[in-house]
Amino acid sequence: MAVEQNRRDFLGMAFGGVAAVGGVFALGAMKQTWDPLPSVQAAGFTTVDLSPMKPGEFRTIEWRKKPIFILKKDSNMEKNGNRDVVVDGSEYTVVIGLCTHLGCIPAWKPNEQKFHCACHGGDFDVSGVNTFGPPPRPMDIPPFKIEGSKLVLGEEGPEYDKLVGNA
Amino acid sequence: MAQIKKANGLVDWLDQRLAVRSLTRVLMTEYWIPKNINFLWAMGVVLSVLFTLLVVSGIFLLMYYKPDVNYAFDSVNYTIMQEVAYGWLWRHMHGVAASAVFLVIYIHMFTGIYYGSYKKGREMIWISGMLLFVLFSAEAFSGYMLPWGQMSYWAAQVITNLFGGIPIIGDALVVWIRGDFAVADPTLTRFFMLHVLLLPLIIMLVIVIHFYSLRIPHVNNETGEEIDYDIEAEKYKAGDKKESKVIPFWPVFLSKDFFVVSIFMVFLFYLICFHYSFAIDPINFEPANPLKTPDHIYPEWYFLWSYEVLRGFFFDVGPIAAADIGLMAFGFANVAFFLLPFLDRSDVVAPAKERKKFNLWFWILIADMIVLTIYGKLPPTGANAWVGFFAAMVFIGLFISLPIITKGETKGGAR
Repeated sequence: MAVEQNRRDFLGMAFGGVAAVGGVFALGAMKQTWDPLPSVQAAGFTTVDLSPMKPGEFRTIEWRKKPIFILKKDSNMEKNGNRDVVVDGSEYTVVIGLCTHLGCIPAWKPNEQKFHCACHGGDFDVSGVNTFGPPPRPMDIPPFKIEGSKLVLGEEGPEYDKLVGNA
Repeated sequence: MAQIKKANGLVDWLDQRLAVRSLTRVLMTEYWIPKNINFLWAMGVVLSVLFTLLVVSGIFLLMYYKPDVNYAFDSVNYTIMQEVAYGWLWRHMHGVAASAVFLVIYIHMFTGIYYGSYKKGREMIWISGMLLFVLFSAEAFSGYMLPWGQMSYWAAQVITNLFGGIPIIGDALVVWIRGDFAVADPTLTRFFMLHVLLLPLIIMLVIVIHFYSLRIPHVNNETGEEIDYDIEAEKYKAGDKKESKVIPFWPVFLSKDFFVVSIFMVFLFYLICFHYSFAIDPINFEPANPLKTPDHIYPEWYFLWSYEVLRGFFFDVGPIAAADIGLMAFGFANVAFFLLPFLDRSDVVAPAKERKKFNLWFWILIADMIVLTIYGKLPPTGANAWVGFFAAMVFIGLFISLPIITKGETKGGAR
């Protein structure tokens, strides 16, 4: 009797083990099927030339399907040593233009000198720091590398590492 | 092996093989429904009919819809709306019925709350029903994405971003769900799969569970009376139909339901043909543009109350960011209704008007949800933000205080 019972237990455990291993592999495969494709992950680098920008000028460019805000600060705008990207002696605000609350695109309001998100009323100052409303943190700075007067988005240069270290 | 004899007709032939007579008896002619109910008890059948309409109209839309960011918008707004004969009808049916489903779900839900139909053995009816509410919400959200207009895109952006609030894995999870760094083609295609296959399949399964969960405790009635179904059923079968407190599901109960369904369908098709615009937002006739957020975005009316709870918290409290408080409140709002049978500590099953304190609770809840719904659509600035905040606090407070409100309630004391 005892032997019989042991054999049954063994069969049950063997089946359970095979099913569990199979289940884990299946879940792993399903998870990876949902992952972004390699072609998506290897999304390219975007180079932007900053030399034609005038002080106070605001631009939006696209990088990895996200809007990037570039604002060349003029003399009236407050500088922010922890966030400004300095190229050719001028300070720029370079941020991913997505509200850190739920990812809407804030609008640049030149008269009020701020970014305003229409979705839930969040405000960011000229350096992209959240000042009012639900956004939990300043707008993110994309990885960049400075090459002369050009900015390469997607690559991490020493200036980027320094800013991230400060933030 | 059953004794198969020469059949004396098609029904008998089927009965010998599938026991169709017993099946009809168990599911229809001897499935007993109480007599003292009103038209609010027809909402379940109305919902079943609406779901069928959605499946049928969905099948026809599926013949021409293309789940690809380059074709989706035109396949809906040009091919289906202008080329396909009656394509507009299927689309309007699908959009309006989706909106109507939520209207009837809310009526169905609040009927259950008002009459106390979620407790004393009826907990699983309530929980499976709330599960259906969540599944229908997911179904509505994934379907809303498919026309790939501005509202589709930005709703997808905002809702998928909610998962970013989960600690540590949040950001990676958002990319995983979308299949891209932003809402893009992989996102559209996978939500298309969810909308037309996986979610409807699960919904159908849970509908079956929901129906089955009624079987043992039976449907509640207008006074919360506990009926002995065996005795009442015997009376009915013996021909004492007047004295018996019950009627069979088929043909008596359903024939009345069909009447309610007919009136509802007249109203529904009036909306489908003449007043469909409330279900199809004008902003969504602009193709999706990842680089421009519409000036003011808001969800469909049926999500406004929980959306307002989400954004009601607009200031930080100590080290906790406003967005995280909002997200926690939103999570609570979605779980709170599931917990209702356990938050209500009273075992009195009676309409709310006979439960003094609970009656007050019920109508404050209704009023609060209407306020949340109205303010959910207004821009969240100035005084609006504060109204939203207080209404969200009232909502949370109502659910937290329910155990205290219901605790001392007894059959006599409640009245």
